[in-house]
Amino acid sequence: MPGNPWFSWSWVADNADLLATRTWQHLLLTLEAVAIAATIAVPLALLVVRRRRLAASVVGVAAVLYTVPSLALFAILAPVLGIGRTPVLVGLVAYALLVLLRQTLAGLQSVDPAVLDAARGVGYGPVQVTARVRLAAALPAVVSGLRLATVSTVALVTVGVVVGYGGLGQLMFEGFRNNFHRAEISAAALACLLLAFLLDVALWAAGRALTPWTRRTT
Amino acid sequence: MSSVLAEALRYLNDPLVWTRPRGLLDLTGQHLVMTLAAVGAAAALALPLGAWLGHSGRGSGLVVAISNTSRALPTLAIILLLATAGLFGNTATVIAAGIFAAPVLLAGAYDGVRGADRAARDAARGLGYSPAGVLWRVEVPLAVPLVAAGVRTAIVQVVATIPLAALAGGGGLGQVIQLGMGTQRYGQVLAGGVLVAALCLVVDGVLAVAQRMVTPRALRDA
Repeated sequence: MPGNPWFSWSWVADNADLLATRTWQHLLLTLEAVAIAATIAVPLALLVVRRRRLAASVVGVAAVLYTVPSLALFAILAPVLGIGRTPVLVGLVAYALLVLLRQTLAGLQSVDPAVLDAARGVGYGPVQVTARVRLAAALPAVVSGLRLATVSTVALVTVGVVVGYGGLGQLMFEGFRNNFHRAEISAAALACLLLAFLLDVALWAAGRALTPWTRRTT
Repeated sequence: MSSVLAEALRYLNDPLVWTRPRGLLDLTGQHLVMTLAAVGAAAALALPLGAWLGHSGRGSGLVVAISNTSRALPTLAIILLLATAGLFGNTATVIAAGIFAAPVLLAGAYDGVRGADRAARDAARGLGYSPAGVLWRVEVPLAVPLVAAGVRTAIVQVVATIPLAALAGGGGLGQVIQLGMGTQRYGQVLAGGVLVAALCLVVDGVLAVAQRMVTPRALRDA
């Protein structure tokens, strides 16, 4: 097919505005979903971590829910919540929540009991133990959970196009319907990858700044 | 909402919906065949490569980079791009799902072989095993639990990804969802979604049993 290149800079230049708008939508949706998921997952993990049975069943339920396919989840949510941004956001929060919950619980469970005893021994109350020892020790696991959740959410947003709100997924689908316009699909896919990469690096840097003790200085 | 639910139940209760040609049974079969093809092809490439990289200890950065970036790769874009190249429907989906599954399998095989007990590896070497012998008779059996976990994750994720095929004219259970969306029959959409989710859970359950069976007895926990 002549005139239908796999990638075209001129398409990117001509449609910079559109690309920016869709990327912005994509970014906002991702950040919102991960932020909501994190505000639910971290307190929930703190709540269940000391009850072994409960923690195991929470992780089990999360694992089962995670196997529900994205297209199906969005499709199930659409009749209930209507078409548009809400069903996509709810679906994304659900998936991010599962990843974050599992990672946070793993992080909290890996805290050395001796360290907790030591903290209590120097006079920390329960709140201080939680805030300054448990959470601090779990922080690296939480950060890696956030990175995982963010990167997969970026990819997942594109599927939201089936219920009418897909950010960059919109461009992919429009390009497909528009005489199989490859340049549009590949530009959107690359923007997606770039967005995921930048968010991942930002979270990595934030995690590094927040946990200076994990860097051994000699 | 209740009318949607009623419509979904009516749809699922109609025997003809299941048994007619290109009905639900056919679509489920297609779905599973596509899954097997995708994971099989990905496994044929990724498992030996992962095992070899793990054995030689090379390419750890590569494996990590591949498995990280691949998470951000929108499968939808791959399916659509392949379609624009003339690869419509099932072939495109199998390729896209294979690309999706390969990093998971690669990471599983790599971590499994890499993480094999050093002492066991050294002991085998001390007994005069060749490098291939060490790999086949010590590292690979020790890696089985992680590799099996990777394969299970990959298969379930692929079952959950195949529905996207319907967006580019492919088969599988995604067709039910896609058709329902197109004709605004949300009961059918719901029915399709529930069916795919149920298929994922059944496959995961079957694989959990299989995973336990392939794990060498000595490595099973209690």
